[in-house]
This record gives sequence, structure tokens and C-alpha cells, in this order.
Amino acid sequence: MEGSNAETELGVSVGSIRITDVTQDGDLLTFAITSQKLNGSAGVCVFRTYDDFDWLQQSLFSQENLPGLQGIIFPPLPSKAFPSQSNTQTKTLKQLGFLALGQDWQSYCKALEFYLQQVAAHPTLCKSKALDSFLVNSESPGKQRGKKGIFNRLSQAVEEMRKESHKDVDNFFQNERNKNTNVASLSKVATEKLLDVVMTEQKLALACGHFSTSLHLCVNQDDADAVAFSKICLKLSDIIEAVKRNFEKVASNNLSTLGLGLDLESRYQEAEKEMLFRRTCKLIELETVKKNTEKAKANKREVMEAFQKAAEKEFNQISSVAKQEIERFHSSRVNVLQNFLIGWCEQQLNTAKEFAELYSQHLEACRNMYSD
Amino acid sequence: MAEDREPPPLPGAAQTDFSEPEGGEDLFVSAVSAMESPEAAHLPAEDISTSSNGPKAEPILLDDDTDDLFAEATEEVSLDSPERQPILSDGPSPAITPVTPTIMINPRVDVFDRSPDEDEEEEENRDTFDIQISVSDPEKVGDGMNAYMVYKVTTKTSLSIFSRDEVSVKRRFSDFLGLHSKLASKYMHIGYIVPPAPEKSIVGMTKVKVGKEDMSSVEFVEKRRSALERYLLRTVKHPALLKDPDVLQFLESSELPRAVSTQALSGAGILRMVNKAADAVNKMTIKMNESDAWFEEKQQQFENLDIQLRKLHASVESLVCHRKELSVNTASFAKSAAMLGNSEDHTALSRALSQLAEVEEKIDQLHQDQAFADFYMFSELLGDYVRLITAVKGVFDQRMKSWAKWQDAQMMLQRKREAEAKLQYANKPDKLQQAKDEIKEWEGKVQQGERDFEQISKNIRREVGRFEKDRVKDFKVVVIKYLESLVHTQQQQIKFWEAFLPEAKAIA
Repeated sequence: MEGSNAETELGVSVGSIRITDVTQDGDLLTFAITSQKLNGSAGVCVFRTYDDFDWLQQSLFSQENLPGLQGIIFPPLPSKAFPSQSNTQTKTLKQLGFLALGQDWQSYCKALEFYLQQVAAHPTLCKSKALDSFLVNSESPGKQRGKKGIFNRLSQAVEEMRKESHKDVDNFFQNERNKNTNVASLSKVATEKLLDVVMTEQKLALACGHFSTSLHLCVNQDDADAVAFSKICLKLSDIIEAVKRNFEKVASNNLSTLGLGLDLESRYQEAEKEMLFRRTCKLIELETVKKNTEKAKANKREVMEAFQKAAEKEFNQISSVAKQEIERFHSSRVNVLQNFLIGWCEQQLNTAKEFAELYSQHLEACRNMYSD
Repeated sequence: MAEDREPPPLPGAAQTDFSEPEGGEDLFVSAVSAMESPEAAHLPAEDISTSSNGPKAEPILLDDDTDDLFAEATEEVSLDSPERQPILSDGPSPAITPVTPTIMINPRVDVFDRSPDEDEEEEENRDTFDIQISVSDPEKVGDGMNAYMVYKVTTKTSLSIFSRDEVSVKRRFSDFLGLHSKLASKYMHIGYIVPPAPEKSIVGMTKVKVGKEDMSSVEFVEKRRSALERYLLRTVKHPALLKDPDVLQFLESSELPRAVSTQALSGAGILRMVNKAADAVNKMTIKMNESDAWFEEKQQQFENLDIQLRKLHASVESLVCHRKELSVNTASFAKSAAMLGNSEDHTALSRALSQLAEVEEKIDQLHQDQAFADFYMFSELLGDYVRLITAVKGVFDQRMKSWAKWQDAQMMLQRKREAEAKLQYANKPDKLQQAKDEIKEWEGKVQQGERDFEQISKNIRREVGRFEKDRVKDFKVVVIKYLESLVHTQQQQIKFWEAFLPEAKAIA
């Protein structure tokens, strides 16, 4: 219903879409989404839950009268979060990876924000009425269960695997499928490894905190030497506290830039994979139809041929859309990754400078204090 | 006997003069406290951190002495005498024999006046005594389970007690243990805090013997080398130990008789352990009338310090562990980033990703190269001090033993007097004379006991003062070194990030 004649012009500017706040009520997260209207300076603010996002995604999947829809690489929506479970629980980590870390769901909100921006920036998807309604209507659309799209996540059934490796008729696509398979798995691995690094950095920060506290407890006023020793312990406690903050900052930098970037890249590669798979399925369908047409008896032949022509047309539409999508994807992902890498480098550089300064100050102070 | 000795008595010589070492020893075995045994009993056997083998190793060595309290000392004297005689005959020899506390006090004060600012110096410099010691070049000798590591010990000094300005010798681990054993037997019972040797590690050594050239055995050897160096430096920092002939021989002579009593599981070792257990029970029975509150307070302070340091040590060990984990994870991530870079079509992005991998690798390498900075430094320092405190506690126990000996002598004297009184009425002139002689003898022992007790008390006060000052100094040095390494690491990292930034910007 909502998704049928879904063409409209998006009334807000893409770059202004932000998730400015998130509130938690038990398991329910509510996001505040703001954007700027194109035709004026008025801002819009709406409140949405995850189910609303899901509704949006499903609506996008189920748009009608869009030729080659299946060739679109749909911006990936992050998995649903269950905040009443602790962030570090293995299940949540497995599901959400980096998005589960960070304070107050910062990373998760950022990822949802990207999602919306990417939908709004997509030449075809931006025209979806569902998107406009999502961003602008004060009423939450999620109550209406639109029809489930026909594209769900790739299941790992054996048959699917077999289809996935079906040989392509077009070299361009065959190459793209091969590359995509490779890069998708490598970026997933890299994301997981970086996650391990960040978790360890956080563990180190925690352990530093314990050490610092223990040092703080080593105060003793019995005599001059004990007092001198206590002073050293207190100083060291301060230093270790600084080291703790250092680890926390480095972990948070990793998380909010490179981590987020790799996570996005990884999920986007999956999205491309899904698109390519859809096309491959269509290809298999087409080849089956062709075979059947050839085998068909004379009386059925005309029907079959018409059928085959339709299937061919659909397949070609999908392929041409897919080609455009792939090119667009390749150039945009480079930009996206670049931004993340620059951000990561700049943040880590700033942190290193900040703490180099801090440690130098401590060193000066200690040298002065201890030269006797 | 008392009259024959110089005012600062030579306990080694003194003990050889005692005619009743065995008889006296029976009394003392009951009073003897195996110093570290209560502590050793508390430590879990599997604890492979610094605190386990250290205290255990010490009592093993010392019990050699306490079992035959004076007999061993007698042996020590006779073993040493070939070396000691030439020294004794040279110039002002009392300074070199084990106990001359009054003489030591003066040079000690001078020495502390001489101590300059140590902040700029390398680890090896000990300008206070103008002596530098380094332990280096670990070399494996032999094969299989009989293999052992040999370390080069280099001493550079301008002190006159050394025969040369610079001398290098090769020593193995058991040589160090042997040195400690000798020093402990000579000095602990007069109240000197003898720095404990690094602990044995059967697990660590076995890996090295078996020939595993992996990170953990390389690390183990380096840890041990560093610990041996610190051990020697601490030992020569002590003014009396610096001049000890065993120390000099250890540092200078090219051949050293193999120390055999240090084998981990020797028959003698097992016997010692059994005795230790008995002594632990017996220690509980000494109830000393403490006339000096200082000692009681200090003992309590050291108890508290011990607990604090162990807690800190445990904290740091966990940090060291996480650090290693971070290193592994960083290397793993770097690899995965490199693979991603290799598969990337876009040239500039591919290069940037490869650079990313390199940056992460470099950072990890940076941390590994500074393996002796970071939390590792604290770990070793705290471990050293936990062991040192055990030695301090041991010295306090020795004072208790000394007091007990004195009290026992007094009791004996009392008995002899009573016996004499009885004999007065029995009209046995021979026995009476013998009784009178014995009274004289025990009066002497009582006097000696009192003197010894006062001496050890004085020594301990001085030693504790020195220990406290050294503790403050040591920690200051390590804090500064740690900060220097932190600053250095950050500055290196800044370089890496600054080099990477243009690569990231050049992607598109």
C-alpha cells in the first residue's frame, strides 16, 4: 500500500539527516531524527523505533513498477539491538560487532544515520514515498505492516550455495562476483580482528584503573621514608590513571572511525553480494526457461517464447541497473573509506600528541621532584 | 674467650670457639625459626610469579646453616680461609672480614655523601660506589637436559679492592645462587639484609634446555639476565658485601668451584624442606619480650608493606598479560588489513590499506621492543621488592633467634649456679671446681649473647634505614624510566600517524 506508486521528491536535504538523540526504555530504543527541509530553513524532527526502520527497508524492497529493482544494491540496515542485555554479551557482539560498543549507542546511531543518508542519496531510492514519510511524518509509520519484501537475507541453504557459484554469462559480472566474494570475507575478518583489538584495549584500561586504585591505597605516614614512598605511589597512580585514559581514547578512536568504517564496508559488501545473488538467481531462472522453451511442444511454444522474452527483458533490466549500481558503489566506497581512514588517522594523531604532552609534563615534574 | 676477641667480634671465628655447638644447637633448633618458612608455606606452589621460588629458594640455602648452626659456619670459615688469609694479611683487614660494623659505619657515610644525581645514568652505572656491573651475552652450553646458560659478568671499577679496572668472567645461574648462599650464611645472622638471588624456574629453564628458540624462552633468558644484573648491583651496593671476598672472587676469578647445594631436587634439599617444616612449628614458640618498640613497629610496617606490594604485583601481572594479548591481536589485525590491501583494486586505496597494516605493525613492534619498559618494569621491580622484604623479615627473625640464644644462655647459667650451690654441700671438690669453671664459661656466653643481640639490633636499625632509602630511590628511578618510555612511545606513534596521513588523503 504505502510502497506502490512510490515516486516522490525527497523534501529534505540529504546531508542534514541526523540522529540527534536516543532514549532507552527497557528493550526499546527510540531515535530522534532531524533533517532540514529543502525549501526553507525549517527543520523537522521525528521519533522512530527500530521497527520503523525495518518497515522502511521492507517498503524499499517491495516497491512496484520499478524495472530492475532487483539490481539495486540496497543500503544495509544494521541488525536490531536488544539493549536490555549487556553490551559485551557475546550474542550482541556477534550480531552487532562494533555497533554494540561505544557509549550510549553512539556507534549504533551513527550506523543508522548512515543508512538513512545513503537511502536518501540513492538516485532511485530517494524518490520513495516511504522514505519521505519516514523522515517527515510525525506519525510513526511502523504500525502498518507493509507487505514483506521478497528479498530477505541470504540463507545459507545448500541450494543457495550451489546457485551462488553458478557460472555467469557476462565476464564483467563474473569478475565482480569473484572479487566481491573475496573482499566481503576479508573485510569481515578485518572487522572482527579490529574488534578484538578494541576489546583488549578496553580491558587494559580497566586493569590500569585497578592498578591506579591499588597504588592510591599505598599511603603510609609512619616516618619520613614511608611518606616519601607514599608520594611516589600517589604520583604513579596519577600517571597510570593517565595511561588508562590513553587506552580508552585510543580504543574509542578505533571504534568510532576505522571500526565503524570497516563495519559499514563489510555490510555493504554483503549487500552487493545479495544483489549479485538475486541476479544470478534470475539468470538461472532465465536459462531454465530457455531450456523449457526449446523442449516445448509446438502448441505451447508461442506462450513459452513470450514468457522467455519477458524473462530476458527483466534480466537485462536488472543487469543494466546492476552495472550502474556497481560502478556507483565502487566510487562511493572508496570515498567513504577514505573519510574514515583520514578521520581515524587524525584522531589517533591528536590523541598521541595530547598524551605525549601530558606524559612529558609528568616527566618534567618527576625529574624536578626527584633530583636531590 | 670473650677477652681474646676484638671489640667487634668475628662471629665466624667466634662460633668456632664455642665448645658446645652441638649441645647449644639442640636448644637452638627448637628455637630456630626457618625464616621464610611461614611465608613459604603461604605461597601457592604453582605460583610461577616472582614471589614463589624466591622465598622458597632462600630458606633452602639458609637451612644449610641453621641445621648445624655453627658447624656450617665452621665449614665456611675453613673453606674460605685460603682466600681470606691473603686478604687478612694485607693491610686493614678487619674491614674485609664479615663483621666489623663499627668500621663499616664510617665509610658508609662517606659513600652516601658521594652519591650524585642518578637520573641521567644508565642502568649499569653505580656512581655511588664507582662500580659498574653488567650481565650480558647469554650463551647456551651443552645439550639436552644437562645444558645450561652461561652469562658474561663484566665489572668496571676504579675501587682499589679490585685487582683490575675491568674484568669479565663467565658465570652460570647456580654460581649466583651459590654466592647468595654464602653471603646469607655469613651475614644474615648478624642482621645484614642480603639481597635475594633471582628465583629458580624449572619450567623456564627446561624450555631453554630443550632448545625452543621461541619468544617465550628468549623472553625468559632476557628476564633472567636482567634479574641477575639487578641482583649483583644490589649486592655490591651494600658496603659490607662489596668488600666480601666471595663477592670479589665471584666478580674477578675466572674459575669458580661449582655450587652444589643449590640443586632443585637434591636429597639434601628434601632434608632441608623437612627440617623447615619442623622449624615452622617451632617458630611459634618464641615469645620475645620486646623492649624496643621500634622493632615491633617496623615489623608491623614490613608486614603491611609486604601485603601492599604483593597486591600491586598481582595488578601489574594482569596488565602485563593483557599487554601481550594486545600485541597478538594487533599483529593479527595488521595481517588482515594487509590482505585486504592486496585484494583491493583501487590502487590508492590498496596502498593506503597496506600502509595501515604497516602502521599497526610498527606500533606493535614499538611496544615489543620496549619490552622492558611498560608494565614489565614495574612487575620486575615489585617482584624484587617482595623478595627483598622476605630477606628483611628474615633478619628480624635472626634477631629473635639471637635474643633466644641469649635467654637460653642465661637460663643455663642459672642452672649451673644452682648446680654449684648444690655441690657446695656435697663436698666433692673436683666436681665443684668443674662447676665453677662452667659458671665462668656460661657467664661469658651470657655476655656474648647480650653483645650479639645488641649488635644485631644495631645492625638491623642501620640496615632498615638503608633499605628504606634505597626503596624510595629505586622506585623513583623506575617511575622516571617508565615515563621516559611513555613519552618515547607517544613520539614514535606521532611519527607513524603523521606519515600515514598524506597516504590516507591521497586516496582520491
